[in-house]
Amino acid sequence: MSPTVAVVGASLAGLSAARALRNQSYDGRIVVIGDEAHAPYDRPPLSKEFLAGTASLDDITLGAPDDEDLGLEWRLHTTAVGLDHLSRSVLLEDGSEIRADGVVLATGARARRLPGSEGLDGVHVLRSLDDAIALREELAAAGRLVVIGAGFIGAEVASTARALGLEVTVVETQPVPLAGPLGAEMGAVCAGLHADHGTRLLTGTGVAGLVGAGRVEAVELTDGTRLPADVVLVGIGATPNIEWLAHSGVALGNGVLTDARCVTNIPGVVAVGDCAAAWSAAAERHVRIEHWTHALEQPATAAAALLGTGGPTTTPVPYFWSDQYGARIQFAGSRRDGDVARVLEGSCADRSFLVVYERHGQPVAVLGMNQPRLFTRWRRQLRSAVLTQS
Amino acid sequence: MIPVCPTTALPPGEAARVEADEPIAVFNVDGDFYAIDDTCTHQDASLADGWLDGCAVECPLHASCFDLRTGKVSGPPAKTPVRTHRVVVQDGMIYVQPAAATDGAA
Ligand SMILES: Cc1cc2nc3c(=O)[nH]c(=O)nc-3n(C[C@H](O)[C@H](O)[C@H](O)COP(=O)(O)OP(=O)(O)OC[C@H]3O[C@@H](n4cnc5c(N)ncnc54)[C@H](O)[C@@H]3O)c2cc1C
Ligand code: FES
Repeated sequence: MSPTVAVVGASLAGLSAARALRNQSYDGRIVVIGDEAHAPYDRPPLSKEFLAGTASLDDITLGAPDDEDLGLEWRLHTTAVGLDHLSRSVLLEDGSEIRADGVVLATGARARRLPGSEGLDGVHVLRSLDDAIALREELAAAGRLVVIGAGFIGAEVASTARALGLEVTVVETQPVPLAGPLGAEMGAVCAGLHADHGTRLLTGTGVAGLVGAGRVEAVELTDGTRLPADVVLVGIGATPNIEWLAHSGVALGNGVLTDARCVTNIPGVVAVGDCAAAWSAAAERHVRIEHWTHALEQPATAAAALLGTGGPTTTPVPYFWSDQYGARIQFAGSRRDGDVARVLEGSCADRSFLVVYERHGQPVAVLGMNQPRLFTRWRRQLRSAVLTQS
Repeated sequence: MIPVCPTTALPPGEAARVEADEPIAVFNVDGDFYAIDDTCTHQDASLADGWLDGCAVECPLHASCFDLRTGKVSGPPAKTPVRTHRVVVQDGMIYVQPAAATDGAA
């Protein structure tokens, strides 16, 4: 009997894992299980072109014409509810199970919700295609949007809604948005895009609650201010989808814990993408990376580990981009507090710059706004620097 | 034919973007010139801003690679090739001859 690999999660990381297995000459059976009804699609456009209405569902499908050749067995609209580590079986909600020789965990993450927002119409999160369709429909009829959380998704939705002509207010608890990923100084620069484009940004204010019966009418802040709202978007981060593994014996933390090669504590079980926290020697802890490029590239490492072929290891330089108000923001590397940000090109005031973050005089990360060419060179340089160190 | 720039203005490893009906990217690979559609077939990025590696350019946004000679894409996320265009060098000037709009690259 030919071996079976079960991939749980039919999105970017899951599909990339299936492709990587085939690329690395695995010719056994591959079953891909996904709880959404849709075939794999791309999430980043959900807050950008798809929300704006300029990209269609067709434009954002992840499948490629030659995916037919992959010979995958799809089990869409099917939720995995457990994993039996002894028989290495994936248990499905209908009571059936898929026995596998290898399992790829790729269940991603879900948007965190605001406590107390359940059952109130007009309050949205944005993670899935269905979320995006619902939000898009409501934005088309709304005048005022309040975005809770000035992270990347919140900022992108604010930007898209502004372009659609809505009045937009963004509320952020932290004094400076994006200070975690970019540092306070550059976080403030990127957050400046809101004011440039007529979006109101309120920082250092918490949300006390949502006002409305049946449908949201306003957002009440901790200082008592009431912000009238037709639609509210909650963008306060994501939680890894790992509860279904609670009794599986797979080690869990802030995500499925793996070694640097994506292998969990259970042999033959690997984890990739947004649900996985891989050991990082540099950070000396498990790190869960929630970036698109990571979910695309990391599965090659996991596939190699599963097949025992050695193969490539994780790309060492994290990278993400964000599009807001027509500005393209790109970031690569690992920044931490204390790193010094230096503008190498352009100027923050012009919204076109390249900033390098240095630690002990060495570049460790790079941030670009509307500087794709220079950014790409720096990103490459960081990559080769890491490769020569390791 | 669309004038691009003098050959001296496009040294090896460099790329230039020219406006046409669809913008075109022109590359110098060790003295040979290649021209392809500038806009990535995946989403909105300029391939002239990409990373040149031999006869391939890597998209600056999500790293799809396109072969400059054929326009073919090596892997996801892009699914469709870019068009290739003819490059002519005359009296030290680089020109491109845009391919007909329907001219598939593959
Ligand atoms: C609106 C939005 C915009 C973004 N923009 C950017 C950007 O500009 N740049 C960037 O770098 N990144 C961006 N990202 C992040 C990027 O999309 C993610 O990093 C990527 O989708 C992770 O892929 P994944 O396959 O690991 O997880 P996911 O895409 O979350 O997929 C996991 C899949 O598994 C399914 N699943 C979960 N539990 C089960 C179960 N028990 N059984 C079966 N199936 C299950 C889920 O429903 C889902 O379909 C954005 C994300 C969102 C939501
Ligand atoms: S825009 Fe070029 S690969 Fe995505």
